[in-house]
Amino acid sequence: MADILVVVEHQDGVFKKNTLSAVSAAKALAGLFGGEVDALVLGDGVAAVADVMAGTGVRKVLLGEGAAFAKYLAATYAGAVAQVVKAKGYGAVFAPASTFGKDFMPRLSGLLDAPLASDIVGLEKDGDALRVKRPMYAGNAIGTVELVGSPLLFTVRQTAFNPAAMGGEKTPVEKATVTAEAGGTAFVSRQETKSERPELTEARVIVSAGRGIKAQENFKLVEELADQLNAAIGASRAAVDAGWAPNDWQVGQTGKIVAPVLYIALGISGAIQHLAGMKDSKVIVAINKDEEAPIFQVADYGLVADLFKAVPEMIAELKKLKSA
Amino acid sequence: MKILVAIKPVPNPDEKVKIKGDGSGIVLDNIKMVVNPFCEIAVEEALRIREKLTGEVVVVTVGPKESEQQVRSALAMGADRAVLVEAGTDLDSLAVAKVLAKVVADEKAELVLMGKQSVDDDNNQVGQILAAVLGWPQASFASKIEFAADNKKANVTREVDGGLETIEVALPAVVTADLRLNEPRYASLPGIMKAKKKEMKVVPVASLGVDTTPRVKVLSLAPPPLRAGGGRVADVAELMSKLKSEAKVL
Ligand SMILES: Cc1cc2nc3c(=O)[nH]c(=O)nc-3n(C[C@H](O)[C@H](O)[C@H](O)COP(=O)(O)OP(=O)(O)OC[C@H]3O[C@@H](n4cnc5c(N)ncnc54)[C@H](O)[C@@H]3O)c2cc1C
Ligand SMILES: Cc1cc2nc3c(=O)[nH]c(=O)nc-3n(C[C@H](O)[C@H](O)[C@H](O)COP(=O)(O)OP(=O)(O)OC[C@H]3O[C@@H](n4cnc5c(N)ncnc54)[C@H](O)[C@@H]3O)c2cc1C
Repeated sequence: MADILVVVEHQDGVFKKNTLSAVSAAKALAGLFGGEVDALVLGDGVAAVADVMAGTGVRKVLLGEGAAFAKYLAATYAGAVAQVVKAKGYGAVFAPASTFGKDFMPRLSGLLDAPLASDIVGLEKDGDALRVKRPMYAGNAIGTVELVGSPLLFTVRQTAFNPAAMGGEKTPVEKATVTAEAGGTAFVSRQETKSERPELTEARVIVSAGRGIKAQENFKLVEELADQLNAAIGASRAAVDAGWAPNDWQVGQTGKIVAPVLYIALGISGAIQHLAGMKDSKVIVAINKDEEAPIFQVADYGLVADLFKAVPEMIAELKKLKSA
Repeated sequence: MKILVAIKPVPNPDEKVKIKGDGSGIVLDNIKMVVNPFCEIAVEEALRIREKLTGEVVVVTVGPKESEQQVRSALAMGADRAVLVEAGTDLDSLAVAKVLAKVVADEKAELVLMGKQSVDDDNNQVGQILAAVLGWPQASFASKIEFAADNKKANVTREVDGGLETIEVALPAVVTADLRLNEPRYASLPGIMKAKKKEMKVVPVASLGVDTTPRVKVLSLAPPPLRAGGGRVADVAELMSKLKSEAKVL
């Protein structure tokens, strides 16, 4: 089939690794139906991002720069990607299913009148036909989806595709001519959640807390545990709604989808919407004082206990392990 | 301000869905249909804007006649009137967006509010597609909307990976609601009574001249791989030793 384009995510020039899963998904499609995989970097002064992408095994990197792309906007991105797709005849476009991809990819779908499969977890071939797998109903069903038309658009669930390797042999970076049409939108400001910790979607270990943590100051305890494990911190919707945790810590159907090696849920009941975001973790630990809590149904190691007693004990044990 | 709110009925999100034996869909018997929670947030925001700026709130849905029930729920919250575009349940996001674009033009809406995603399909597409079809600015995942003094622009704060982002959109625009935008009110009893008499215009989808042939077709559903959970430990000591020697994750 025609060639495939991956739209690269970066935050003000800092490459986002979720792009690597989109590259893998694109390569999976190329493996099934042929075509070459290229990447598109949009921004202003982002040659360094293009350079990183050039080492990920794509055929080439297209670099579209201009002052109007300095700050991400759905309108400028969707417009520019549409120009590149039309000029070069790409048959498929991939982007991460992050708030970046979920924002501009549907707009691209509207601009190109092209079908979009959101948050895909698999690509298969059935005879000559492409079959796309995507979770629905809070992950309680996996839909098999058919796309009709061209180009085919996909946003990719990061946890479902192993990241493409970085640091490989450098492939060419080419300038792409793109124009920006902001169409009545302008960037105003960004309030970044500051953290020294690993990113939630990339962490090996996540410690998450819910309503059971009872107050913002008690997140200190969560942080102490996370420090011992070099973990990222997550939260249930209840903890975010209460203002104890920032919005981008929310794990779940309508927050972040994570699949770390170890997920520790503290004072989280395990609502359908929360489980949707973490049930693909390798090992799940749940600490909850209610033995009936649904979180225990997905936990490998469930501990019925008061978290305010159990967590300090865990921290002490981890310190012992480290000094041993 | 004339505000159009697009709403969609979804199976009660607090019940775990069961997939039909033949994988053709989910079992809907005995499952209550409700207004998609994100759409309720959109309705609530529209009502609050109307309270401040005056105007009209029109709810619209594209779907089968039975959607009337959820439309009435939105009217009971306080929306002024409704449009039900009668269509099958096989429309995809592109088709729904194109149909909505016709209604937006017909109603001369100055702002379209919608949910960020429907909690059954989890697509998170229709609002952004609609903005593209209309050629309007979009602000997805909104947690705050503030209008400029002349009401010609709005600053929208969005819930994004990494924190919050504020963008300015010129009106008319499409804004999709995230969880923290507001807490929707419950319909009052008088509200429910009044809703029964509010205008609901039924428009057959065929009359709009939109090609609604689905481009994204759900062929079948299957259950996800089952997780063998349910393991218990007696105390922290056992937990830590199992994490270390059995799971080997420490
Ligand atoms: C449209 C929509 C989208 C949603 N999206 C998400 C989402 O993305 N992510 C998400 O998480 N939720 C989401 N939710 C919310 C979800 O339905 C639940 O309400 C939420 O997950 C509950 O959070 P919780 O488990 O922290 O709180 P609760 O359900 O109140 O549970 C608190 C738990 O803490 C335990 N506990 C209390 N004190 C202690 C103690 N001292 N020690 C140990 N345990 C204790 C209790 O036994 C209880 O099980 C969504 C809901 C809707 C309607
Ligand atoms: C009652 C009903 C039953 C359905 N049953 C099935 C089914 O069994 N199988 C199947 O494959 N498809 C079904 N569909 C069609 C499918 O849900 C469409 O794909 C859907 O309407 C398109 O939106 P989405 O779920 O992709 O929306 P998203 O992009 O996730 O939704 C975002 C927002 O768009 C708006 N929106 C979405 N859909 C509509 C709509 N129809 N009317 C007004 N506003 C809307 C809402 O504000 C929503 O919050 C059904 C549709 C309806 C209305």
